[in-house]
Amino acid sequence: MTSPEAHWREALAQGRLLLQRAPDGSVVFPPRLAAPGTGDALEWFEASGAGSVYSLSWIQRKPPAPAYHVALIDLDEGSRLLSRVEGVTPETLAIGMRVEAFVDQGGDVPLLLFRAVPEI
Amino acid sequence: MGDTFPRGRTAIAGLATFGVGEMPGYTSMELTAQAALLAIADAGLTLPDVDALFICQPDDFFAGLSFAQYLGLQPRYTDNNRTGGSSFMSHMAVAAMMLDAGYIDCALIAYGSNQRSNGGKLATKITSDQWDAPYAPIFPLTSYALAAARHMHEYGTTRADLAAVALAARAWANTNPEAFAKGPLSLEDCLSARMISTPVSVRDCCLVTDGAAAIVMTRIDRARDLARTAVPLLGAAAATWWNSIVQAPDVTVTAAKESGARAMAMAGVSTSDIDTAQLYDAFTINTILFLEDLGFCPKGEGGRFVSSGAIAPGGSLPVNTNGGGLSCCHPGMYGLFAIIEAACQIRGDAANQLPDVNIALAHGNGGTLSSQATVVLGSMATL
Repeated sequence: MTSPEAHWREALAQGRLLLQRAPDGSVVFPPRLAAPGTGDALEWFEASGAGSVYSLSWIQRKPPAPAYHVALIDLDEGSRLLSRVEGVTPETLAIGMRVEAFVDQGGDVPLLLFRAVPEI
Repeated sequence: MGDTFPRGRTAIAGLATFGVGEMPGYTSMELTAQAALLAIADAGLTLPDVDALFICQPDDFFAGLSFAQYLGLQPRYTDNNRTGGSSFMSHMAVAAMMLDAGYIDCALIAYGSNQRSNGGKLATKITSDQWDAPYAPIFPLTSYALAAARHMHEYGTTRADLAAVALAARAWANTNPEAFAKGPLSLEDCLSARMISTPVSVRDCCLVTDGAAAIVMTRIDRARDLARTAVPLLGAAAATWWNSIVQAPDVTVTAAKESGARAMAMAGVSTSDIDTAQLYDAFTINTILFLEDLGFCPKGEGGRFVSSGAIAPGGSLPVNTNGGGLSCCHPGMYGLFAIIEAACQIRGDAANQLPDVNIALAHGNGGTLSSQATVVLGSMATL
């Protein structure tokens, strides 16, 4: 048996975002051994990666270092996580913005990031 | 099953603060021990009377053991409950039940930190969890910023509303000799203050000070015969809904909603009975969220409530009458200072003493809006 966290990270390294679903339909993240609140068994499924920005904060740094941000992302299938949205500015990033997940493989470890979905 | 609690059967018999502001050269344990000895003396008791210790220190995970050693006590019970700045409200809940059960006879609850003199930054070994850390939020500040940003989006709360909390705190602090941050502060000062993590600026953040605090609790029959006016504990409740703010179903609703309702039910009071509220204001958004979650105003109305002047001197609900964590003191964990200000208002010896205080509420916050704990204190007339 693989640890749920290790299983999640292995999938991420393959470019896949996994979530877990409880028998009552609720979606769980971060990965757990059992459903929070009930202890029920959980099932893995691959998330679409689609979501929207629930809240955000721009963190200031000493100039000339630019500000960076963190964002709370609500995934369409359920559950919320902290990440950031690439390619946005304080003027363009807003609560409610539609985003999609991608995995940045450029760093020491794979990192889940988001990019804005263009408005149709 | 509902809560059962020994309403009014235990009391704060003595209290003290020590070294609020700057105390260079002192260790955290020295500050704590001095506050403890002052609180014991305030009660008219002596060190050997203490048979239970409750403590949570910023820099010592075994603080209960260190404290017993430092004081030279062999306590019948030592509690090191660590739920952040709310720990001390939880300590009171446990102490009250142990006192009432006869398991202990005299509880000492204490805290102290030298964080201002020893580095000048928040002293904590707690950090973001492994899911959040890769994105580099400032711990704990950005968690509060995320709650504030959502509150502004959902309810139209403004930065001026956040500033109203800081301005009220400063107004109270200006007439409190113990307060660390005094002097004029304007709305413009707040709005133009250096931004740290939007929408939280430096003026939305609590102070970094040194300071220590301690209270002594006994059963009411003993407390009423001691040196000072006894302050009965009417209700105490703690609630935990999450650790990381990311796991909050709604970042604008905290577990204060549960802890406040339970503590007030134990006390047999409602918000309209409360003469003053001491709310852990690590950041300006805290006061707004807790006013809503404790039921002093509807959800979403906290910004407009504070901007109306309700919590400032002369307002309908005096809040953080010592200046709070924003302008009086914040030595890393503020919970015990909120309790002491509430108790002083009941005893009648607060720096900004209000008239006719019979019921005072103190609310503690721990982690990132995570642990919430509320105590309701009363005068002897409420028994």
